[in-house]
Amino acid sequence: MDIAIYRRRRVKNSVMLAASGLAIAFGLFWLGWILTTLLLEGFVALRWSLFTQMTPPPGSDGGLLNAITGSLVMAFFGTLIGTPVGILAGTYLSEYGKRGWLAPATRFINDILLSAPSIVIGLFVYTVYVAPMKHFSAWAGSFALALIVIPVVVRTTDDMLKLVPDSMREAAIALGAPNWKMITLILYRAARAGIVTGVLLAVARISGETAPLLFTALNNQFWSTAMTQPMANLPIVIFQFSMSPYEDWHRLAWGGAILITFGVLALNICARVVFRKRM
Amino acid sequence: MLNSIAAGLDTVAEAQIANPKLRVRDLNFYYGQYHALKAVSMDVAANMVTAFIGPSGCGKSTLLRTFNRLYELYPNQRAVGEILFDGENILARKHDLALLRAKIGMVFQKPTPFPMSIYDNIAFGVKLYENLTRPEMDERVEWALSKAALWKEVKDKLNQSGNGLSGGQQQRLVIARCIAIKPEVILLDEPCSALDPISTAHIEELVHELKRDYTVIIVTHNMQQAARVSDYTAYMYLGELIEFGDTDKIFTTPSQKATEDYITGKFG
Repeated sequence: MDIAIYRRRRVKNSVMLAASGLAIAFGLFWLGWILTTLLLEGFVALRWSLFTQMTPPPGSDGGLLNAITGSLVMAFFGTLIGTPVGILAGTYLSEYGKRGWLAPATRFINDILLSAPSIVIGLFVYTVYVAPMKHFSAWAGSFALALIVIPVVVRTTDDMLKLVPDSMREAAIALGAPNWKMITLILYRAARAGIVTGVLLAVARISGETAPLLFTALNNQFWSTAMTQPMANLPIVIFQFSMSPYEDWHRLAWGGAILITFGVLALNICARVVFRKRM
Repeated sequence: MLNSIAAGLDTVAEAQIANPKLRVRDLNFYYGQYHALKAVSMDVAANMVTAFIGPSGCGKSTLLRTFNRLYELYPNQRAVGEILFDGENILARKHDLALLRAKIGMVFQKPTPFPMSIYDNIAFGVKLYENLTRPEMDERVEWALSKAALWKEVKDKLNQSGNGLSGGQQQRLVIARCIAIKPEVILLDEPCSALDPISTAHIEELVHELKRDYTVIIVTHNMQQAARVSDYTAYMYLGELIEFGDTDKIFTTPSQKATEDYITGKFG
């Protein structure tokens, strides 16, 4: 054995280990800083009135009730519109698109959409919906969010259905089951946890999106549940309030930020629990 | 009924099968450009067990999967030739696949319980063809599970997931699911290769039972298994049917040197 070669290998190993460790430390440092700041500033802002009062004019007391409600409503409709489209399209890609060019092309474009800057989506909905209607609306916001949900759900549905072994398909087909029964009764059941996880992650993704709402739902200082009117929402309230010079608006922005962070955290934990139960 | 079409067909290997259930005539199979089955002709006897043996890649599973046209799932796979089942060519384009698969059931190498309860696993297939009342379905489930020698082990946990059973039990569950539809032919694709010896013995016993009511075709890697369970054996090599005949004869006095080399372990 050549001791020199072995020693060189050990040195290389330590150098690589140290470099990887530093990279982790660097990443975690910023993440830790962000979270610490958020928690310190946010906890001070957390109070019951956040959930009971509307966004105030500067200088008076208030909460985030209209923004929380608006975010929930638009995330709900965005998911409601985006999920079925995403699941069906993902099913096509995985199950029906085996022949021809349509599925590979769709998959490729979907991957582009998946990483498209969300401001592009916002501008798109502004152009095709908000501008012709001549006013901002909660529907426009929901559509923009749905457009973000769709590629995420398409991708996870496609991936999760692909994870179901072909032997399961063959077994169902060998019994004489038609394709649609094989897919709805067996494949969806086998891939259920994965698909639900995908939807939860999509919800987590849209609940913090600001750019697509900026051009669509805009904001609303008052309580409104009219889908055809501008609607308040947390990300834009945070954006607007944190840019303002008012101390109490800053506090509310921090409160909103911590609410979103905990919401996303909860969704991610849900997704993990759902996914693990199955595995 | 079969005599009319039997006239004028090629000679079939050595075996003279009095009562054929399936007649394969000049069957060729292609995976894209690859020629996987070459002019295979044979008869499968009704209410008997026919075994396909041969080294990996010889085409025995491919042949089995033409009987229920399972290859149709995949683009680029095609079969050319004739397979007569009750006098009809099942390879004909217009042949109804769901009905074909109701009559020719299949069990795979790895157990494939569906992600649902034991009861629903059985009921799933039945519901595709019959509208049974709940008591009728209960009866059918019990009948199928008893037939597959699994009823005693699972009768108290019919509502539990089929995935919770052992490998051997899962394989019997799959056989029960197949029987529940009341097929005429059962295709077994290496049904024991993922099982331990005790479960294998259970399945082999079951195969003996099954041939009373069904025509069974079994693909196996295990020559002792073929010798134990089958009445007829086909030896295949590189996509060709080398020898086909009575199992006793194939294993004691094969007519082809290649068959002898394979079963004595000189090759393969």
